[in-house]
Amino acid sequence: MYVVVIGAGEVGTSMAASLASDHEVVVVDVDPDRAEQLKYELDVLTIAGDGTSSEIQSAADVDRADMVIACTDDDQTNLVACGAAKTLGDGFTIARVKSTEFLRTWQGSEGAFGVDFMVCTDLLTAENIVRVIGLPAAIDVDPFAGGLVQMAEFEIGEGSPVAGQTVSEADRFESLTFVGLFRDGEMTIPRGDTDIVVGDRAVVVGSPESVQSFATDIAPEATPDDADEIVVVGGSEIGYQTARLLEERDFTPRLIERDADRARWLAENLPDTVVMEHDPTDTEFLSREHVDEADIVVTALGSDEKNLLISVLAKRLGVDRVIAVVDSPDYVTVFEEIGIDIAINPRTVTAAEITRFTYESVAENIAVLENDQAEVLELELTEGCGLTGRPISDIVAESDARFVIGAITRNHQLVTPRGDTVLQAGDHVILLVESDSVGQIASMA
Amino acid sequence: MSWGVNWKASVGLLGVGIKYLAVTLLVPLVVALAYGKDIWVFLVSMAIVAGLGFAVERVDPDPDLGPREALLFVSLAWIAAAVIGTIPYLIAGYGTASTIGLQTGSVGAFTESIANALFESMSGFTTTGATVLGEISTDRHSHAVLMWRQLTQWLGGMGIIVLMIAILPEVAVNGAQLMESEAPGPELQKLTPKIAETARALWLIYFGFTVVYIAILYGLHLAGMAPKMNLFNAIAHGFTTLPTGGFSPKADSVAAFSAVVQWVVIPFMLVAGVNFALFWHVLRGEVETMVKNAEFRAYAGAVAVVTAVLAVLLFRGAAPPIELGGATQGVAENSLRQAAFQIASLLNSTGYATADFAQWNADAQILLMFAMFIGGSAGSTGGGVKIVRWLIVGKAIRRELFTSAHPDVVRPVRLSGNVVDEDAIRGIMAFTILYLVLFGVSAVFLSLDASRIGVQLTMLESTSASLATIGNIGPGFGRLGPFGSYLFFPDTSKLLMIFLMWVGRLEIVPVLAVFISAVDGR
Repeated sequence: MYVVVIGAGEVGTSMAASLASDHEVVVVDVDPDRAEQLKYELDVLTIAGDGTSSEIQSAADVDRADMVIACTDDDQTNLVACGAAKTLGDGFTIARVKSTEFLRTWQGSEGAFGVDFMVCTDLLTAENIVRVIGLPAAIDVDPFAGGLVQMAEFEIGEGSPVAGQTVSEADRFESLTFVGLFRDGEMTIPRGDTDIVVGDRAVVVGSPESVQSFATDIAPEATPDDADEIVVVGGSEIGYQTARLLEERDFTPRLIERDADRARWLAENLPDTVVMEHDPTDTEFLSREHVDEADIVVTALGSDEKNLLISVLAKRLGVDRVIAVVDSPDYVTVFEEIGIDIAINPRTVTAAEITRFTYESVAENIAVLENDQAEVLELELTEGCGLTGRPISDIVAESDARFVIGAITRNHQLVTPRGDTVLQAGDHVILLVESDSVGQIASMA
Repeated sequence: MSWGVNWKASVGLLGVGIKYLAVTLLVPLVVALAYGKDIWVFLVSMAIVAGLGFAVERVDPDPDLGPREALLFVSLAWIAAAVIGTIPYLIAGYGTASTIGLQTGSVGAFTESIANALFESMSGFTTTGATVLGEISTDRHSHAVLMWRQLTQWLGGMGIIVLMIAILPEVAVNGAQLMESEAPGPELQKLTPKIAETARALWLIYFGFTVVYIAILYGLHLAGMAPKMNLFNAIAHGFTTLPTGGFSPKADSVAAFSAVVQWVVIPFMLVAGVNFALFWHVLRGEVETMVKNAEFRAYAGAVAVVTAVLAVLLFRGAAPPIELGGATQGVAENSLRQAAFQIASLLNSTGYATADFAQWNADAQILLMFAMFIGGSAGSTGGGVKIVRWLIVGKAIRRELFTSAHPDVVRPVRLSGNVVDEDAIRGIMAFTILYLVLFGVSAVFLSLDASRIGVQLTMLESTSASLATIGNIGPGFGRLGPFGSYLFFPDTSKLLMIFLMWVGRLEIVPVLAVFISAVDGR
């Protein structure tokens, strides 16, 4: 594949690094020193110049590029770069943006701005944080179909209310499907009458809300509910998005922001969040507002130093779980070593999301489970493929492949699969497949 | 003296308005022709008003209004309307026993007749409904004069400026500013990009409701269910219900009509207290906008609760047994009807009555007074403080209490899910306090001024006189009850009440802003 990466910041560099081994990569950056430096660090061609100008894009041979990734620090630059690339060629364009406004516009009409895929860094990070907050009991959580569907793997612990129930008893949610059950390292495809015992690992696929409710069912102790105190420190875009997503999941978080104007803006846009305007490093303030009694603290301040300070402070005050946003990837391990529960790096998150798209596979999205015993795949069905036009029960009966369809999204709407559901071209299907059958399924799609 | 305002522009535009006001005199002229009485009165009045309009217009034939000129214009327009409204009264009543007709017997009689006519006219245009008419009957006054009295309320209801914006292109240019100053409620709601279209839409809805209402009333008469509701009465009440006016050509107001008529009047009075912009949304099929509107909900809730409480009070015997509206103790239908009618009338400042509530016991009277404080909705034709202001004041106070315990919390005030601007909250607080201060100080003045001429007011009389005029409600308690009159007040008190009606209709701010900028000289 011939890939043009515009912007050699941390995201661009890590993208280029992961792609350089298998693909032809050209990196464009406005800073000549940076371009020069990268030429020696990575096995890529570098061009210094404005990535939005058609002159530079022609020099980078954008017209014959299979993929253009615009990941500078500036939203507008990325959008213009994608738009310009579309005028030159027909490569798949990926834009990194910070503003969720652009994302909303793009989702409203795909292909807007000449962008084929849009990655919103701050939203992605916030989604990650909320997943970590909401599903602490999960061993593994992966989003599919642009966040409409979640896959989660849980271990059934001692004293879980679900232990001893059958699958059909435990699965009381409309939009949730049990796709796999691991017992003593062996995978079984669950049926309605399969018993769930302590020590089992259950894999479920469904809407994020139903997965959240299921988590409350199997691990009521560990899973936070709306009575839990969540404090978000810092009203950055990530902090705002985190609070917004928490509101969507019926939590009532508190948010601390130092700047008066920003705090006012946040308070106006977050009706169910208590916004406080104060310096979050003031310990007297923290104890007065009983932040020490919070169950979860998320630090989303502008700088790593401040996040570190608040995280350590929160831990010392006795907060159960502290989740820190860490801007510099190098510090992630440092944070986790000194006892911060989870450190999340927005750039790593973004790079991982973009990398997913560069896989050359029919599957758009893959999660590998339990030492490669099974995979959860997201497939986009094409016209005339082997899976469309028949009810699911027929496909299962005719095929000897071992798989379970967990969820379907059709026109950005979740469809719960039943035996008589007929798949259509354009559907996104999220399914669990035993590793041996992956090739067979992939050939049918 | 310039006053820092280009007053010529304001006055020049005023001439245009006066000119067109002459046209509205056609309505009573038609009535005069139909009844063959006072024809010359309205012909002369029209000539005078038209002449006055052309003369005043020449002060500045090409007026250019800035914000301050707009404020001055709106304030002046309402005085001018009131002054012009007196002309038919003064001419028609000249040489008769009419209390609002011109008297030239002595200086005292002359000034009193002028004050009375101005009071009646201002009460009409501001849709207050307080009256100094000694005897309300077609024996004493011609049908045409009484119809003019009704018409002043209809013209004032949706706003004379809004009407001007709707039909006069030269006013529409600065329309938004003008409408902002005149429209009841804290902020102007533009329904369409062009302000003239918004004004037209509002007037059309207002007109539509009036026509439907008159048709229903007259229909009842034709069906034999309302013997006294002839065409004259149907139109006369049609002119004063939707503007929340309250004038009636009948001495005993709506009590003169059958129970069916009273039940019909109630919903239309309630409609008049709703923001007319909401009806515009409903007509466009957006019923949700109305149902979800916080002010509409609060209005409906307040009406329901206060009516229910009053109905219970009446059922248990709050009204004297022999009364105009009929006995209510133990009579469920009449208790509910009397309660619903009086609340619909007083809460949004109409001022009709079907019972002499001045005779009710203290519990019922204080409840009515409480209802008078509530007021209609912003953008309605009702007076008072307005529900939306009370809602915001309440929410702002609750926020104050919360933030005194949590000083760092930032909490915007929300209404129907939308954030209310802090400047708007400050303005609303200032308005509400100003309203209460003016109400209190005026009550004191009215009481002292009355005892100066040897009339002792009760506390309920002085406070209700103040509240009923600043809130554009009309009737008060005691001698100022629904079938009473403001005639006995001294001229000075009448002037104060004329001022109160004026500032109450323009919601204080435009009027005081003109004074302040005059005093500051900037």
